[in-house]
Amino acid sequence: MGYKWSWNVIVRSFPLLLAGAGLTIRLTCIAVGMGILIGTFVGIGRVSKNKFIFTLSSIYVNFIRGTPLLVQLYLFYFGLPALLGFPIPPFPAAILSMSINSGAYVAEIVRAGIQSIDQGQMEAARSLGMTYHQAMKYVIIPQTFKRIIPPLGNEFIAMLKDSSIVSVIALEELVRKGYLVMGRTFRSFEVWTAVAFLFLFMTFPIAQLVNFAERRLKQND
Amino acid sequence: MRIALHNVVKRFKGFTALKGINLEIKDGELFTLLGPSGCGKTTTLRLIAGFYQTDGGDILFDDKIINHLPTAQRNIGIVFQNYALWPHMTVYENIAYGLKLKKMPGTEIKRKVDTSLDKVGLSGLQHRYPGQLSGGQQQRVALARALVLNPDVLLLDEPLSNLDAKVRMKVRAEIRQLQQELKITTVYVTHDQEEALTLSDRIAVMREGRIIQLGDPKSLYERPNNTFTANFIGTNNLLEAHVLKGNGDGKYTVQTAIGSFMGIANQPLSPGQKCTIAVRPENVQINSERQEANSFTGKIHFASYLGNILRYDIMTSAGILFKADIKYPWGCEVMAVGTEVKISFAEFVCLLINDRCTEEHNLTAVGGES
Repeated sequence: MGYKWSWNVIVRSFPLLLAGAGLTIRLTCIAVGMGILIGTFVGIGRVSKNKFIFTLSSIYVNFIRGTPLLVQLYLFYFGLPALLGFPIPPFPAAILSMSINSGAYVAEIVRAGIQSIDQGQMEAARSLGMTYHQAMKYVIIPQTFKRIIPPLGNEFIAMLKDSSIVSVIALEELVRKGYLVMGRTFRSFEVWTAVAFLFLFMTFPIAQLVNFAERRLKQND
Repeated sequence: MRIALHNVVKRFKGFTALKGINLEIKDGELFTLLGPSGCGKTTTLRLIAGFYQTDGGDILFDDKIINHLPTAQRNIGIVFQNYALWPHMTVYENIAYGLKLKKMPGTEIKRKVDTSLDKVGLSGLQHRYPGQLSGGQQQRVALARALVLNPDVLLLDEPLSNLDAKVRMKVRAEIRQLQQELKITTVYVTHDQEEALTLSDRIAVMREGRIIQLGDPKSLYERPNNTFTANFIGTNNLLEAHVLKGNGDGKYTVQTAIGSFMGIANQPLSPGQKCTIAVRPENVQINSERQEANSFTGKIHFASYLGNILRYDIMTSAGILFKADIKYPWGCEVMAVGTEVKISFAEFVCLLINDRCTEEHNLTAVGGES
């Protein structure tokens, strides 16, 4: 093999790739942030005794988890504008589909978290005069948040990697930038190695943080 | 607050947990629901708490039907087996929460929390988290939390089961003391017959969704009216028998595999009728000089020295084991296995029980280990 590794390509394209990584993080943070907001409500809906709320949240979770993110993205980017009659720019379309996608996964994390709290916690709260909603708000949910920190970290990592899908609608996040650099330099090995390591630099610290949180929480229980 | 259950039925998928419970719990009474797991005692408590809805019958607080009243409005305090303290709140916050919901002023809350912590002997631990307390301390916090709102009814669901033996005895005494001081109507659920005997004003013995005997500890122990109670509370020697003749005053002579005995019945029996005799090991004498109504011989089969008593399992001629306790074994020689002994007991400690569940028990073997 006479391949000659070129550091030069990486050094010169690094600012571009870094900018891409910046957008990747921005997209992921917004999407998971919105996902937590959506997922908290939907997750509570998934343990609701109200049949309507339960059914609605179940349909949402099952639909999103049962279809590819790519298809959801196409639905928002191509499908919805056809229905509405006006175009949706790539960034809002990406945020919309990623948030709604993340929301479903977070909802399942929240549901599992709520159901992992001992039933006696709710009953003790009810016996002391709290309504169901008060007990949820002050007793169950605060405990749930502590327990779902590790799985939420994992969801963040998964979403960070999945965000590469939005490169197909020309959003210049890390993978899209990789394409651009490759097209300009034809040094595909260097480019994709650099892209892979940039992803790893983002995900690895978060994974470590999740591990740390898991160990800490185990000690407290 | 008086509590009454009228014909209460509770069904779960595929089985009936409570088959018509009738109860009258007096104001200020400590009432215990006692029975093995699956007997319906916890279900009964949870119905009183409002965690379950009845499928039939009525639950009354004083004279008001409360079948559909939400738990939050029943003014009850509950203590759970696993404490159910809120782990993300300090001891102070756990106890204060109910008061805060009632919009009580802060100084008043602080005074009440301090008083209740003082009552359960935990002053100074306000700022700890539940995870930093021992099991006994956690259960005391749970008790303080349940009592701080001055509930009309206190419900205790096996509160001592997760504690070790010494702490259990201590907290048990504290619960009784506190209950009597506050004169609060209390329903106590346990499977531990010793706990039930020491704590309760009255006990309902439950089995398979029914109450099979109700009474004060002394009457349940000394006058069980069915073999299940006789077997479940304390230890009994149970033997199948049939009535030979009546001797008047509720006294009868009966025939068993070991021989004929004289005993007393709490309901009339007729000659030829089947019954069960129940004799407590502590009422049996070994090699006594005294002339008792009932006696027979057997051989020492097994001896267990328990410190305060010495228990012998004695093999009778009919191959039936009979338990006998020596009450003051201090300095006594433990008799060797195989030693022949005379066993005797008085007429008034030989109970003749006539009940329908006789067939369900293997009465030739002596059971009912405590």
